[in-house]
Amino acid sequence: MTSLLQAGEADALLQASINGDLPDERGRFGPFGGRYVPETLVPAFERLEAGVKEHLHDAGFQADYQRELREWVGRPTALTYAPRLSERWGAEVWLKREDLAHTGAHKINNAIGQALLAKRLGVKRVIAETGAGQHGVASAAACARVGLPCAVYMGAVDIERQAPNVDRMQRLGAEVIPVESGDKTLRAAIDEALRKWVTDPAGIYYLLGSAVGAHPYPYLVRELQSVIGQESRAQMIEQAGALPDAAFACVGGGSNSIGLFYPLLGDDIELIGVEAGGTGDGLGQNAATLATGTPGVLQGSYTIILQDDDGQVQETHSISAGLDYSGVGPEHALLQATGRVTYLTAGDDEALEALEELCEAEGILTALETAHAYVAARKWAKKNPGKRLLIGNSGRGDKDMPTLTKYPVRIANSEGGSNDGA
Amino acid sequence: MTAHERISAAIHAANDDGRTALVPFITAGYPEPGGFVSTLNTIATAGDVVEIGIPFSDPMADGMTIQRSSFEALKKGVSLAWIFDELEKAGGFGVPLVMMSYLNPLLAFGYDKLAERALETGVCGFIVPDLPFEESDEIRSALEAQGLGLIQLVTPATPDARLKMLCDASRGFVYAVTITGITGGDVGLPKDLASYLDKVSSMSTTPVCAGFGIREAADVAAVGKHASGAIVGSALVEVLERGEDPTAFLSSLR
Ligand SMILES: Cc1ncc(COP(=O)(O)O)c(C=O)c1O
Repeated sequence: MTSLLQAGEADALLQASINGDLPDERGRFGPFGGRYVPETLVPAFERLEAGVKEHLHDAGFQADYQRELREWVGRPTALTYAPRLSERWGAEVWLKREDLAHTGAHKINNAIGQALLAKRLGVKRVIAETGAGQHGVASAAACARVGLPCAVYMGAVDIERQAPNVDRMQRLGAEVIPVESGDKTLRAAIDEALRKWVTDPAGIYYLLGSAVGAHPYPYLVRELQSVIGQESRAQMIEQAGALPDAAFACVGGGSNSIGLFYPLLGDDIELIGVEAGGTGDGLGQNAATLATGTPGVLQGSYTIILQDDDGQVQETHSISAGLDYSGVGPEHALLQATGRVTYLTAGDDEALEALEELCEAEGILTALETAHAYVAARKWAKKNPGKRLLIGNSGRGDKDMPTLTKYPVRIANSEGGSNDGA
Repeated sequence: MTAHERISAAIHAANDDGRTALVPFITAGYPEPGGFVSTLNTIATAGDVVEIGIPFSDPMADGMTIQRSSFEALKKGVSLAWIFDELEKAGGFGVPLVMMSYLNPLLAFGYDKLAERALETGVCGFIVPDLPFEESDEIRSALEAQGLGLIQLVTPATPDARLKMLCDASRGFVYAVTITGITGGDVGLPKDLASYLDKVSSMSTTPVCAGFGIREAADVAAVGKHASGAIVGSALVEVLERGEDPTAFLSSLR
């Protein structure tokens, strides 16, 4: 992948990234990013970009945002030492508990920030897309909090497998709109939200849920999610006495991972993103975008995508709705190209097993998305004994019960031997 | 005459004849790939310029009709390479062709090869609905090097200064989107359509064609008073979908 950059370019771009100089004024992270949107939306994106410039780092906005994070979201979230996982893995394992944030995942950090922004921009209503339903629930809650109506587009396939979240969104006052077109998952939901936005670009705020899409979304979402990495950094120093040797996060569109990684880019920490390996390596069997994709334009951004030779975007498969996406945020494409972050995959079965192991070892039911990060962390720990690991525990698994109940309760194949299921 | 000048010339010729130029749109290979060339032949007799839609997996600016036709054509194996091959075999349709494609299939095909194949097959211009002017340098220079046109879209949401810039940049014609919305709407044309189209026409030295939501003769007539041409997409695709006669439909629009 390094071949995507000119010789010598990688180091300069990584330095620019660490210095906070990316994206550039055209919304580019090196070659990646940009703004590929229908002409009808160009003025809306220009207004959004101007709004972000005016408000995001303004003291008044930040005061509101930080207060909401503290008093409503419940931040800072805990950093939890995991003694039994540590023993089993032969490592020192720390968990950044985004599952403890209000509504149960990191998505709320972004949703409340953008809802506050939407309010300042004076829009009439908010639309959002959702895969796992976590962003939908977060958007519904955040919109209720700031007093804006909210409609959430959700693929029909995801509505079925994340049913508890559909009910939650509706109870939080959002309208959930099933998307029957395309692949009926996250990608189709984003397409449909964009179609809706085109009908009223001035009156609608599109509350995008991951670090994907056209500029300024990848930047805006990163800024709002960086609280994860900032808190983690401080908490590791305070509680563990040192920074981790390696940090892990699952990657769907890439918002919890960029939030964790971005504040750690300049540190001597191995950063590892984990995508959905699904059921295998074949096209359509996984959502391993960075691992197997190629550069292209999808939903507003030049990034790495899963596509065929004709440039048609491929359908994906993952047991976790939140990772089931054919694209990835452009900043991750750059971080991979520069070699700063390594992207690995974890399969459906491995993720299920990791989810069970965490339940059993630490009493935490994590989200299926998040479970992917544990798979890679465990493998890494086995290869690098005695190291300190930080895992971004992006969300809780309650929403996954419809999927989990399809699998018999096994006892995690623990190597710590405390319980081998006999 | 360059390729994009052929487009403008065809539109002017219709206007000189006292007609609003008609620009029929079809999704390539829909409903059946086997009927692609014969359908083109048929609609080319009624149209002044013919627009060919390249199917894409994520048609984010399109409504249900064009989404459905796109997904179906892809399922049946339609690709840009296949389309060019079919056009080449057919050997010309007597009218300039333009392609409407989302960017990614063009990017995957390669811009230089795209320009070359277009020139070989009678394709004179491209409409790329997810490519704003600011991101278009690369493809524009590949196309313009061969005299091909990159047709800009403008919409009722476009501010005046930007409208002028887009009109100046457009080649072949200016695509004036009639509504703030996606293709295939059947809510009728907006009330202030006339003043919007007059404004675009006054700013443009290139002919202006209006599209989105044009379904019947009254729409063509309404548009024709304030623009040089009318683009008919979803309504024609629906006619083909129902197996009805496209010639009868297109002549009913006059
Ligand atoms: C708990 C959880 N983790 C991770 C993700 C993946 O998204 P991202 O890569 O943007 O963090 C989701 C998406 O829905 C999620 O709900």
